[in-house]
Amino acid sequence: MNSVVLRYTNLMVITLIVLSLFSFALAYLFPGHPIENLTGLSTEQLASGYQHAFNYASGESLLVQYWHYMAALFNGNWGFSFHTGLPLYEEIKHVLPASIELSAYALIISVLVGIPLGFLAALNHHKTTDYVLLSVSVLGYSIPVFWLALLAIMGFSLQLGWFPLSGRISLFYEVPVETGYIVLDILLSDIPNKRSALLDVVQHSILPTLSIAVVTTTLIIRITRRSVIETLDTEFVQAAYARGLSTYQVLVRHGIRNALIPIFPLLAMQFTTLLTNAMIVETIFSWPGLGNWLIQAIYHQDYPAIRAGMLTVSALVVVFTMSIELTIRLMDPRRRRVRRGTI
Amino acid sequence: MTGCKPFITPQTMSNGIVYCAEGSPNSFNPQLDTSGTTIDASSHQIYDRLLDFDQESGAVIPALATSWSISKDGLVYTFQLRKNVKFHTIDTFSPSRIFNADDVLFSFNRWRLDTHPYHYVSGGNYTYTDSLGLAQLIKDIKRVNGYRVEITLNHRESSFLANLASDFAVILSAEYAENLINRQQMQLLDHRPVGTGPYKLVGFKQDRFIRYSRHDNYWRDTQLMEKLIFDITPSSSLRLAKLLTGECDVIALPAHSELDVIRQQSKLVLDERPGLNIGFWAFNTSKPPFDNPEVRRALAMAVDRNALIEAIYFDGAIPAKNIVPPMSWAYQSDINSISYNPVAAKKILKQEGFPEGFEMSIWAMPVERPYNPNAIRMAELIQAYLQQVNIKTQIVSYEWDAFRNYLTQGLHDSVLIGWSADNGDPDNFYRPLLSCSSIKSGTNRAMWCSEEYDEYINQALQFEDIQDRQYFYNKANEHIAQHIPLLPIAHASRYQAYRANIIDLSINPFGGIRFAGVSKNNE
Repeated sequence: MNSVVLRYTNLMVITLIVLSLFSFALAYLFPGHPIENLTGLSTEQLASGYQHAFNYASGESLLVQYWHYMAALFNGNWGFSFHTGLPLYEEIKHVLPASIELSAYALIISVLVGIPLGFLAALNHHKTTDYVLLSVSVLGYSIPVFWLALLAIMGFSLQLGWFPLSGRISLFYEVPVETGYIVLDILLSDIPNKRSALLDVVQHSILPTLSIAVVTTTLIIRITRRSVIETLDTEFVQAAYARGLSTYQVLVRHGIRNALIPIFPLLAMQFTTLLTNAMIVETIFSWPGLGNWLIQAIYHQDYPAIRAGMLTVSALVVVFTMSIELTIRLMDPRRRRVRRGTI
Repeated sequence: MTGCKPFITPQTMSNGIVYCAEGSPNSFNPQLDTSGTTIDASSHQIYDRLLDFDQESGAVIPALATSWSISKDGLVYTFQLRKNVKFHTIDTFSPSRIFNADDVLFSFNRWRLDTHPYHYVSGGNYTYTDSLGLAQLIKDIKRVNGYRVEITLNHRESSFLANLASDFAVILSAEYAENLINRQQMQLLDHRPVGTGPYKLVGFKQDRFIRYSRHDNYWRDTQLMEKLIFDITPSSSLRLAKLLTGECDVIALPAHSELDVIRQQSKLVLDERPGLNIGFWAFNTSKPPFDNPEVRRALAMAVDRNALIEAIYFDGAIPAKNIVPPMSWAYQSDINSISYNPVAAKKILKQEGFPEGFEMSIWAMPVERPYNPNAIRMAELIQAYLQQVNIKTQIVSYEWDAFRNYLTQGLHDSVLIGWSADNGDPDNFYRPLLSCSSIKSGTNRAMWCSEEYDEYINQALQFEDIQDRQYFYNKANEHIAQHIPLLPIAHASRYQAYRANIIDLSINPFGGIRFAGVSKNNE
């Protein structure tokens, strides 16, 4: 077991190092002076008193430069944005929670809707319910997220006026930023009308969450359906039927647990899709998250911000995927020798 | 209190206004910047001026100065200041005294004197006052007593009062500035401002929002909302969408192509007002063959201006005859303007020695401006017209900063650009657009220098009486019509779109938006 942990950690560290190398290379690949791309400060500004803060040793060899770059990264010294002039670490610390929050809402909804529907489809295998759910899921899966989001805006915001179309809370509420997670921040704050603020957050979240959740839900329906069908086909389920258990009893005692085990690793794989979709949807709904922030950075050719944003997103995906894989390996030793890497 | 009725619209919503602005301001001090975004965010919200313009007549009216007198020779202006005007209290500063003459001296000396401790804070560029040469015009500013200030000019200039009422002549707090010097945070003067205006700044996040709250001790007896919020939304279609859903109460710069959508909505109001601006086609008169007025006349005759206006402005503009719009008193309706006549244009070109025509460039500005919402499209149309008189054209455009830079260097043959005035005085059109000195400061796009013209506009400033000044501006108008350094195309209307429950919002013809006195009804 220790060797598994070691192997995964090793893999993760190497991937992260490659990522950091790439992000360091970006400073040279982007147009302009490398030190400006790294720090976000002009060479004149650097000369006047920032050297101690950004000691990248630009005269030294690349390896030494990289070393200094990594040291600065770990110190939370990520450079400054060209556009806003604010420290990137602080900026990302403020926008990242918004993206995570949105993805989490979407994931929760997808799981809560997708898994029961997947079971429903599997239990009615080759019946109308199954076919209907399957076709709906194919349809949902094929709809581009940005188009769905725009459609939702047109219908529910512009035509019906039920939901607002931008941001995550009305600007009238002045919620002090503590954690960056708006719901937590509201609960922690001492603003006078918490309840209506929370309601406002819910109203703002519904459309973006649903737009992302549709794709993930359809995926989960399909994954669950297949897994349940496979489980129901196994011999121990047949044996349970043979012992005279009802369908309900079979499901509760043998079906659910065994069907769910292969679902979770696949769910974790969806995290990447979810995050990508969240970033697209953010720009449409002006959700103040990482995706929206990165798009703005690209728009303003803010190279330090693009570099830092790219590093954050990729590191996040790598760490998350690897940790989930590791957890699953530790929980389910059966996977040790089986085909790995199947989706 | 709200516990029993959780699902109602909170009180805060109805007590504030959301304005969807097109961008983030560079600072909160209009002295430093002529960009409309900065002015909208600061000038009339945070600050007051000594004088204001009457919104209807354009006359100069008292603001922080209750009255003023001008000496007989027109050189000494004495202002009596308003008493009991309080500055904003912000979390890092509470004023200990009310507004007085020291604040006026501080604010004006900042851009006037380079020895002033704050002159070089935030860059030291005072675009507006520099372009008008106000620092050179003012000889001295004296504090007579706590509530009386005397300004002496080097020479007579009748547009002086109008300049003091413009968006840029704001009054800052001298006490706050001193406080910042002690705290060694001088740059905060322009970023965490303290003024006497109706709203005070409470929060700003770049590209996201600006928050203001009511100035409780505002000296004017006007209705103020508890909160004023600028929601920064660069995309014009998104601004319109937010207006439709009610997330914005007022939006900045509705696009000309979207005006009909707004008109069709019963819950929205679209205000239209003729703008104090001019869109024109300027010829680079420093270059042959454009130094020949007859060639310029031929080019002007080859283009059908009415068709241009229809295609570019939809119905949001009126054809221009002079460089000043009809709402200015210097406007002359009976001037003989050029009409579309390609045959005559060809004839003139032949007479002037260009029977085969020639090649030229049309520079088209890359950005949308009220006076010309689509210069590149307009250039394409002009290209087609000029083809008919055998002139081959090339359309040139650069990124906006570089574009203006190259224009100042005079690299263009002709350019489609325009001008929005900052105050109601006609000098604000005549001087920056065509005077000799404005070639260097970079607003004379025709690179045109006529001593006769300069003489007219200088003389016009020697008189206070409008009728006397009108005489000289008429001369100037005729001189322009005769020499055609530029072809005036259109005066575009200004639009403002807002929800029907917003009360008393009007378009400020002389600059930035004003939210003092604007209120909101619950729907």
